[in-house]
Parts: sequence; C-alpha cells; structure tokens
Amino acid sequence: MSTISSTPDALPKKKTYQRTSPLREGFRRLLRHRSAQVGMTILGFMIVIALLAPVIAPYDPYIRQMDVQRRATPCIHFLGCPADQSEHIMGIDGNSRDLFSRILYGSRLSLQIGVVTITFAIIIGGLIGAVAAYVGGWVDNILMRCMDVLMAFPSLLLAIAIVSVLGTGLINALLAIGIVSIPVYARLVRSTVLSVRELEYVQASRALGGSGFHVLINRILPNALTPLIVQGTLGIAGAILDAAALSFLSLGAEPPTPEWGLMLGEERNSVFNAPHLVFFPGLAIMLTVLAFNLLGDGLRDAFDPRLRGN
Amino acid sequence: MLQFLTRRLILLLPVLVGIVFVTFVIVRAIPGDPCKAMLGEKASAAACSSFRERYGLNDNYLVQFGRYLFNMAQGDLGTSIRFSRPVSELVAERLPLTIELTIFSMLFSTIAGIFLGVISALRRNTIIDTLTMLLANIGVSMPVFWLGLMMAYLFAIVFKGTPFSLPPSGRLTSGMSLATLADLWHIDSPSALQNFFLIFFSNSLIVNTVLTGDWAALWDGLRHLILPSIAVGTIPMSIIARMTRSSLLEVLGLDYIRTARAKGLAAAKVITRHAMRNAMIPIVTIIGIETGALLSGAVLTETVFALPGVGTMLVSSILARDYPVVQGFTLLIALIFILVNLLVDLSYAYLDPRIRLD
Repeated sequence: MSTISSTPDALPKKKTYQRTSPLREGFRRLLRHRSAQVGMTILGFMIVIALLAPVIAPYDPYIRQMDVQRRATPCIHFLGCPADQSEHIMGIDGNSRDLFSRILYGSRLSLQIGVVTITFAIIIGGLIGAVAAYVGGWVDNILMRCMDVLMAFPSLLLAIAIVSVLGTGLINALLAIGIVSIPVYARLVRSTVLSVRELEYVQASRALGGSGFHVLINRILPNALTPLIVQGTLGIAGAILDAAALSFLSLGAEPPTPEWGLMLGEERNSVFNAPHLVFFPGLAIMLTVLAFNLLGDGLRDAFDPRLRGN
Repeated sequence: MLQFLTRRLILLLPVLVGIVFVTFVIVRAIPGDPCKAMLGEKASAAACSSFRERYGLNDNYLVQFGRYLFNMAQGDLGTSIRFSRPVSELVAERLPLTIELTIFSMLFSTIAGIFLGVISALRRNTIIDTLTMLLANIGVSMPVFWLGLMMAYLFAIVFKGTPFSLPPSGRLTSGMSLATLADLWHIDSPSALQNFFLIFFSNSLIVNTVLTGDWAALWDGLRHLILPSIAVGTIPMSIIARMTRSSLLEVLGLDYIRTARAKGLAAAKVITRHAMRNAMIPIVTIIGIETGALLSGAVLTETVFALPGVGTMLVSSILARDYPVVQGFTLLIALIFILVNLLVDLSYAYLDPRIRLD
C-alpha cells in the first residue's frame, strides 16, 4: 500500500519578480554603459588624486627646486635618467617648480571649479525657470526674454565681458561662468514645469490642499531632476574648459595658483623649447573634461529614455 | 516663406535692443577710469575733464545710451579712445580675418563631422564606430588653446623641413603684406561707407589677393589659416559627428527607408537622397549653435596664433578699458551670432516644409 504523503509535492517555486524602481534600473544601465564606465573610472581616479594630492605629490607645488634648471625636461630614473639627478616625471616649470606636483594639486581646483559653478547655475537657473513657468504671464515673458538676451552672446565671450566688469581673479571668473550657464537650466526647468503642471496628479495634490510651494517642490520639480543631473554633468565639463580658457587669457586664476589653464597660459611662449610644460596641463584638462562628458552621456542614456538614441 | 521671415525678424527686435542694453551696461560697469587708463595714472584733473568731455563721458547714462542708439542707427559706433580712430574702421580692419577663420573652421568641422558621423552610423557597433566616437569625445573635451599650441609645435618644429611644415603664427610670412586698395586704385577722399568697404576688402585675404592677382600672398595666407581653422573647428566637428550619427541612425530605422531599399534603390542613393535630407535638420541646428563656439574659439585661437582679428582686439580693449571698442565689438559678435541663428531657422523652413506652415 502506497503511502499517501500527507503533504503534496512541493509546488514549483513561484518565480518571484524583484520590484525594481526606475532609479535602480537606471543605475543598472549606467553601470553597464561603456562610456559611463570609462568616465567613472577616470573621474574616480581624479578624485583620489585630488584627495591624496599632499600624499602623492613628491614636491611642494609652490616651492622652487634649487638643484634643477628652469624648464628642464622630464627626468624619470626608470627610463634612463641618471640616478644623480632628482626625479621630476613631468619636468620643471618656468619658475623651477615640479610640474607633476602642480598638476596633482590642480586637480583639486578643477573639480571644485566645475561642481561649484554648475551648482550655482542650477540653483539660480532652476529658480528662475520654475518661477517663470509657475507664475506665467508677464513674469514668464520678462524672465525668459532676459535669458534669451544672455543666450544671444557666445558663452565664453559673455564670461570675458563679465570678468572685465567684476575684475580678474578666480572667484570672479567662476561667478561669470556660473552666470552665463544659468539660461540653459532656466529653460530646462521651465519646460519641465510647463509640461507637468496640468497633469492629473498635480491637480490632485492641489485639490488635497497642497500649497503652491509644496506642489512645486514636491510634485513638479522632481521631474526636472533627471535632465538637470544629465545637463549638469555635461555642464561641469564645459565650465572646467571655460575656466581654463579664462585663466589662459590671464583673466582667471592668478599666479602662483596651480590652475591648469593658468599653468598652460604662463608657458605658452615656451611651447617651442619646452613643449612638456604645455602638454601636461592640457592633457590633464582634457582627461577631466572627457570624464565628465562620458559620464554625462552615460547618465543621459541610462536615466532619460526620451533622449536615448536607438 | 516671406511671412515666416517677417515673423522671425520681428521676434528678433526685443533681443537686439536687449543686447545693445546689456553691452552698454556691462561696458559702463567696467571698474576703473578710462581717462586714467588712457592718459596714465598721473593725468591731471584738467586733462581728465577735457578727456571726459571729448568722449561724452560726463553726461548721465541715459543720455549716453540715447546718443549711442542714435549714432548706431547711422552706422557710427563711436571713436576708439586708444587709437583715436572710428570703431567702425577697426571693425572693417579686424572682421575679415575672423570671418575667414570662422568660415574655414566651419567648412572643416562640417565636412569632417558629417563624414565621421555617416561612417560611424553605417558601420554601427564596429571598431570603426567605437574609434570614431572616441575621437569625437576626445575632440569635444580638448581646450582649443591647447590643441592650437600643440599643433603649432608639431607642424612648426617636429615637421620642420618636411612638406607638412606649417607656419605657427601670424597672418602672412613677415615681409609680405596685403595691398591697400585705396592706394592701389588712387581713391583719395572716399565717403565713410566707401572707406569702410575699402578697408574691409583690403584686409580680406581672399578678396584682396584675387582682386590684385597676388597668388603668392593668397597661398601664404591660406597656409597660415590651416592650423587655426583646425583648432577652432575641432570641437564643433566632434559635436556634428555625434549628431550626424544619432540623427542618421534614427532616420535609417524608419519605414520609408525600408521602402526605398525594397524598391531596389542603390544603397548610396538611399543615404544621400532619402536619409540625409531628413537627418540634416538636427545637424543644421547644431551647426548654427556651434557658430557661437566657433566665435569663442576664434578669440582663443587668435591669441594663440597671434592673428589680428576681432578676438585679440576685444581682449586687449577690455584690458585697456577702451569703452567704445569693447561695446562695438561685443555687439558685433552678438549680431553675427543672431544672424547665423536666423539663417539656421530659415534653412529649417527650407528643409522641412512642415515648419513653414507652423
């Protein structure tokens, strides 16, 4: 007699689907995105360098090296530079300082420049855009025409003009770049607000008694977050380039600050005798900007399906 | 089409007034006394007051702004404090070079950009695509001035003595110069407008050398423009390449392309006649937007290659607090930028009939 088991055979385990949020889904796509991987790697590397600059840098970025010639070419022991000479892997600049150490310290400045200016632009621009769209009418008209006028100038030229008003210097240069970046974010936030303002869920929130401010901040603006992050990351790349350009024209950072654009500008006349003094700072700028550009592309592809190409 | 154009022009007016106003305000807000900047720190009060009187700097800003608008409507942009010459003359002198530089770099960026983009789209997801897009990404991340300096080093020092050697700075080899057309044609007392065009064409490399038949100068001048044009054009080239790729890929997925292929049209014809025409709309937009980048790039590149253009003039005038020049040149650049964007709008309407009807 066969025994009838009291318990039925275990049913095949029901397949469970993990609940994935769009955010988690986006991060998954970001981590698999090839250019984002490259961008994040370079950026991570830059951040480590910036944080550990005092530890890694072999020399003080401000102090003259007495035992070397000005604008000496790189000396790397491993590559056959005589052991009795001190090692300077990127050479010596026009003021007898170790270029490698200055480049390392420069990464701190460039990362800060990019993040600070764009954060400024996003906050001010976002506010202008949100107010313009939410209030509408003549307020919208005036604010947006002002943005049009700002956009009618090529951004770097407007930044140059603003710096000439504020006076040269790194802080003023950053302010100028921040100001010229505002219109992009104002337009972006405005268009997002306009597109969701009349949707049912926003009206529901309003019907439930949400104040205008509450609805704007908690119901409408989160929609703008993704495009803002994408645009902001790409904006940081542009801001770093513009800041370097202003410093190059001696309208930005002042000597002896180890700012890459300034280092390049100071040595531009010696490019034919000492090309390494121009090459390395430019390479550093390019890599940093490249990292933000690649990451921005990746973020856009991962989080903003509307902008995603096939 | 005419209606479309009229509407666009009317929409431009407030922006134009805004630009004039912003420029005016910015220039007045530049700290420092133009008198001290021009006559030196030790200029006497009397000298300064007559200086301010001469350039109308004593009137209040509203009067100055009104006078500025009135004069501008008559083509008078004021007089440079530094050079004691009309700003319009300086514009005529400096603008041709910047226009040439912008045109050449635009040609370079458009041709190279569309070529790279099409190749990348047609060879999608192959190593060619990856390399091209990597190149585009690097191109868009390079500081213009760095690229310019490194190219100058490469072509003037490393390639010295080879056929690839190119001059690293200046407009013409020293010793060469462009003919002054007014002298050449014995025009003694030209009117203001004549004078403007005489100076403009005298300083325009291509027009001048073709008119005078000075082929050696033309060749020399063009060689001097190669490196700056590539430097200025690299960022726009990269952006155009990326836009071409994504735009073409999108169009290639559409039904009418399949139809065109199905009816047996040659692959090349499908691309050039059918796909590109639609793919061009976003590309043209980008080309227009990038003109701003070209103008900004021109400022930096003129500095690197020591070219006497609008950009070098603007930067040196800012440092010398030459109000009228800064004002005139900023205005000029914004105007060019706006005009190009207008052209872009018009070309949309040409490429896409739906926009005309909108």
